[in-house]
Amino acid sequence: MQGDEAKGRKKLAYMVLTIVLLLVFLANISLGSVYIPFSEIIKWMVGIELENEIWRNILLKSRLPQAITALLAGAGLAAGGLQMQTLFRNPLAGPSILGISSGAGLGVAIVVLLFGAIGGKAISHLGMFASLTIVMAAFIGSVFVLLMVLFLARKLKNNAMLLIVGIMVGYASSAIVGLLQFISSKDDIQAFVIWGLGSFNNVSWDKLSIFVPLVLVGLAGSLFLIKPLNVLLLGENYAANLGLNIKRSRLSILVVTGLLTATVTAFCGPIAFLGLAVPHLSKGVFKTADHSVLVPAVIIFGAVLALVCNVIARLPGFDGALPINSITSLIGAPIVVSVILKRRRLTQ
Amino acid sequence: MQKKTDTEVLLNVVDLAVGYDRKEKALHQDINVSVNKGEFVCLLGPNGAGKSTLIKTLSGFLKPLSGDICFGDIRLQDLTERQRAKRVSVVLTDKLQVQNLTVFELVSLGRTPYTGYFGKLTDHDKALVLRAIQEVGLGGFTHHYIDKMSDGERQKAMIAKALVQETPFIILDEPTAFLDLPAKIEIMQLLRKLSRESKRGILLSTHDLDMALQTADKIWLLAQGKSMQQGIPEDLVLSNDFKSFFERDGVYFDNNTGSFKYHSGNRIEVTLKGSGIAHEWVARALYRLGYKPVAKNSDWLIEVSSNGSHSFSLYKQSKLLATCENIQELMQKITESM
Repeated sequence: MQGDEAKGRKKLAYMVLTIVLLLVFLANISLGSVYIPFSEIIKWMVGIELENEIWRNILLKSRLPQAITALLAGAGLAAGGLQMQTLFRNPLAGPSILGISSGAGLGVAIVVLLFGAIGGKAISHLGMFASLTIVMAAFIGSVFVLLMVLFLARKLKNNAMLLIVGIMVGYASSAIVGLLQFISSKDDIQAFVIWGLGSFNNVSWDKLSIFVPLVLVGLAGSLFLIKPLNVLLLGENYAANLGLNIKRSRLSILVVTGLLTATVTAFCGPIAFLGLAVPHLSKGVFKTADHSVLVPAVIIFGAVLALVCNVIARLPGFDGALPINSITSLIGAPIVVSVILKRRRLTQ
Repeated sequence: MQKKTDTEVLLNVVDLAVGYDRKEKALHQDINVSVNKGEFVCLLGPNGAGKSTLIKTLSGFLKPLSGDICFGDIRLQDLTERQRAKRVSVVLTDKLQVQNLTVFELVSLGRTPYTGYFGKLTDHDKALVLRAIQEVGLGGFTHHYIDKMSDGERQKAMIAKALVQETPFIILDEPTAFLDLPAKIEIMQLLRKLSRESKRGILLSTHDLDMALQTADKIWLLAQGKSMQQGIPEDLVLSNDFKSFFERDGVYFDNNTGSFKYHSGNRIEVTLKGSGIAHEWVARALYRLGYKPVAKNSDWLIEVSSNGSHSFSLYKQSKLLATCENIQELMQKITESM
């Protein structure tokens, strides 16, 4: 029976994906600008104290937190992207569609650019304090936009209108950021641009203790949205007839996606395309629209892709690390294009 | 005499007024209709008559402006979403645009009001879904993707979704609108059969008068500026309600055949002699080209003879103009000589 065949295929895909996840996580730990022998890494991983203190520090303070950050950021963005694509029934929606990452950008711009311009001292010179301030600013900015979207979502009946509002909020934020850049010093602008390039390696263990629980709560929330997301596939009218409280479901979806996007953007900067591309990849591999399969799938797949991008960004030969946003875009854009081409073929 | 359970009223509409806007005048008011258990009801009306508005109001998507919609003894407004989902299911005109969704997955969404927090199906749910897929005749398509099926098959899948929702009442908004004729007939027969066998009440809106006249147990007639009529098809024809609801310039409803005729002012009469099937089709061709086939004598005469093969002779004032082998030739000759 074809149904069993499809089930077998899904199981296999899950298995392969999980193995790949372990492998790329390992690659993230073992590869980097400083060469550490693989045997030492294995030793370290099974809990044997390494004699080389530098290696120990690199693994513990840099590579491991970075890998955890990438894993959770990818998972969170992908889960958010899937939810937005289903809610808006739009294949090109992503977690940033609500203007949340623009809000984060605005928050950071206000702190970095405006305070720099007024205070006369660039915040980028303030070290650790600055980095936490930036996270806070980004988080406040995105939560502010999220609250605005939620407020409008209660008023607006129509999802398409909400989508337009989200995009408009994005434009407005970009415009204000542009104005701020106009009046800011070169140093501050550079600090802002660097934030905008995205990075997985700014999250120390201190920050992870905030980052990890927030993302985990968001991911757990996604699992509780499986049923409403499935029903919403049929459109709002059918969903309402099947007993779904449309407004409440929409609000829950927005809160969960908002939390994930706001958290990831605050700590890692705006990461483009991951949240848009991963749901398409997962739908292609798992060949299903069922969210009880897709939600776990995009979480694993998102983690894999983020870790892959992170490895590429740190490939030996590149001095330091490439901006993660460029890598995700370079990988994500072809995926999105292929999706559009495939759609066009289907409709012809 | 029928048993009492067979005539149980499922839906009772009392003094209902429908419309989109409370401030504006209602699109329709004083609607008093009902649907019984096992009854197959067709809602008919010209375009723009407000069929969709009524359907949406009965489905719970729009609030009634005034009046009551009662499912059994409970008013629609008093039901929670989940309760309503177990009373009335719908098949809408919304086109599904989901990739990678199988018939089984689509139909199982109909179990939503009964499943738990994660929407997991029990064995009982699965059995119901498979049975519904069989019932609508999609047995071989259980694991096919709906975006790769025809409109008619997809419509059947939506009907199966409504079936597993296990509601006593099903509403369908123009379920045959995008289908070709055989598929239309199939869907109508299927719905009629389902209403009979499962004792559900089924209401559908449609443009297909012909088919509604042939299949419906009851017809609701709706038109702008008229009060709603309810009755069995034959009574509505006899009482000239059909005529008054649908006739307009150039279109008239033939009470004899129960179908619409194209009406083009003054027609030239053509006497038609002969019998059998060839006679019938010549009459149709004449009608189509704007002539009026009559039996009494006139200036024009067509004789149809069917001795093995058909031949058609055309006379003008008793003078033979031509003898033709087929109707196309005959129609050309008559048009040329007029």
